Amino acid sequence: MMRYSALGLLKGGLDGHKSWTRAWRAPEPKARYDVIVIGGGGHGLATAYYLANVHGLRNVAVLEKGWIGGGNTGRNTTIVRSNYRLPQMQNLLELSLKLWEGLSQELNYNLMFSQRGALFLGHSDSDMTRLAERGDSLRCNGIDADLLDRDAVARLVPLLDMSQTARYPIHGGLIQKRGGTARHDAVAWGYARAADALGVDIIQNCEVTGIDIEGGKAVGVRTNRGAIGADRIGICVAGNSSLVAAMTGLRLPIESHMLQAFVSEPVKPMIDTVIMSQSIHCYISQSDKGEIVLGGDPDLYPSYSQRGIPMRIEEVAGQAIGLVPALSRLRMLRCWSGVTDMSFDGAPIIGATPVDGLYLNGGWCYGGFKATPGSGWLYAHTLAKGEPHPVNAPFALDRFARGALIDEAASGPLPQSR
Amino acid sequence: MFLIPCPHCGPRNQAEFVYERVEEAVAHPDASPQETIQALYTRANGRDFSWELWRHAYGCRGWMRLRRHRTTHEIAEVHAIGAGA
Repeated sequence: MMRYSALGLLKGGLDGHKSWTRAWRAPEPKARYDVIVIGGGGHGLATAYYLANVHGLRNVAVLEKGWIGGGNTGRNTTIVRSNYRLPQMQNLLELSLKLWEGLSQELNYNLMFSQRGALFLGHSDSDMTRLAERGDSLRCNGIDADLLDRDAVARLVPLLDMSQTARYPIHGGLIQKRGGTARHDAVAWGYARAADALGVDIIQNCEVTGIDIEGGKAVGVRTNRGAIGADRIGICVAGNSSLVAAMTGLRLPIESHMLQAFVSEPVKPMIDTVIMSQSIHCYISQSDKGEIVLGGDPDLYPSYSQRGIPMRIEEVAGQAIGLVPALSRLRMLRCWSGVTDMSFDGAPIIGATPVDGLYLNGGWCYGGFKATPGSGWLYAHTLAKGEPHPVNAPFALDRFARGALIDEAASGPLPQSR
Repeated sequence: MFLIPCPHCGPRNQAEFVYERVEEAVAHPDASPQETIQALYTRANGRDFSWELWRHAYGCRGWMRLRRHRTTHEIAEVHAIGAGA
């Protein structure tokens, strides 16, 4: 692997950037692998990287039906944080956040990971009580959380509407200073390059069309590029998990819903933290290019269309302007939509399926990007050892039948109640 | 967005409606625990047509079952449910 460095960049500049080599190979699929990961998003590529790097499994393939990072990895709002309420979620996302913190160096790839702080706003006394409860829960688990009063929030984000007539009056907030943003495409590319250097085959334009089962065990996949055998197969296609699982007759606790995001034209730096809210579902950050990135609620009904509804654009824009009135003059550049795996308790599924040799990583709802490194780490462990890591053991597929739900929002067992 | 032909009010903006659940997710009182788990916590979740229950929440508040396509959003059939249906 060609190592990237400032000196290398300078050298590239001198030879007209002709000396750069491919960041990863484009291999033909082999007849057989130890592990096949279906899905070349951030999670699948991270899984392959940790399989090779941590568990020494080099005979690994990632099969991607389109191009890597072209699904939800490239459609999210790039926010990274671990400030969840329930300990199971905290353990999962804190593991992930700790991996994020050294990842650019480990992968020798600039992920533009920026710990600019993730701020939740409180708009009422009850919001502040819930934020304080969450902060206490986080600090009990050794995760940073600082409760801010109204003045501290005003100092941190001067553009917030703090007036008496504010649409969303601000009583204070809870900040995780280690939270922030990362460049989403770079995460997929960085993991792909590092995994490829360890011998992992990343096979793009390779769509899995069937899963071969012999004697109750998954033994390989059918693809548009032929049949490929494997000892273990990991599904990692959040958004389309139900469709791949259905190839073996499995029904999952998942509905696919649309989630939209929006970016504005680029402007000078104006918001240097991630703004979220305890009461309204609107999140605001500014990319390194200067675009204001906005996200909101999912569309709340099942769809694979990858098209959002205008009603949600209006809602998110209204909320964003209510919080930061200065945004009202911005022109929006793009909006897009991704297919999210909405699980029935809002938590992901990482573990075995009833089919021997077949594993599932999915159900990430609208919160998968931040978990990319941790998800890959835990899924690699599960695939390599054949049993879950203690951190992902609670996220088993059978938890719904056992009644052991992980309901972060305490909002009941329907995908649209997240 | 799409228009939903409410069986009581005629075609109305989708924004007036709330998706409730797929019809296959209705658990029957005399079902076994296994069937109930299957109904409550698993879905076919295909890309094509499925029967769904929606409510005209910000209109007549009536419930309806409709057959809707998950990719094109085409609504092929709508039936009222509940009293008088």
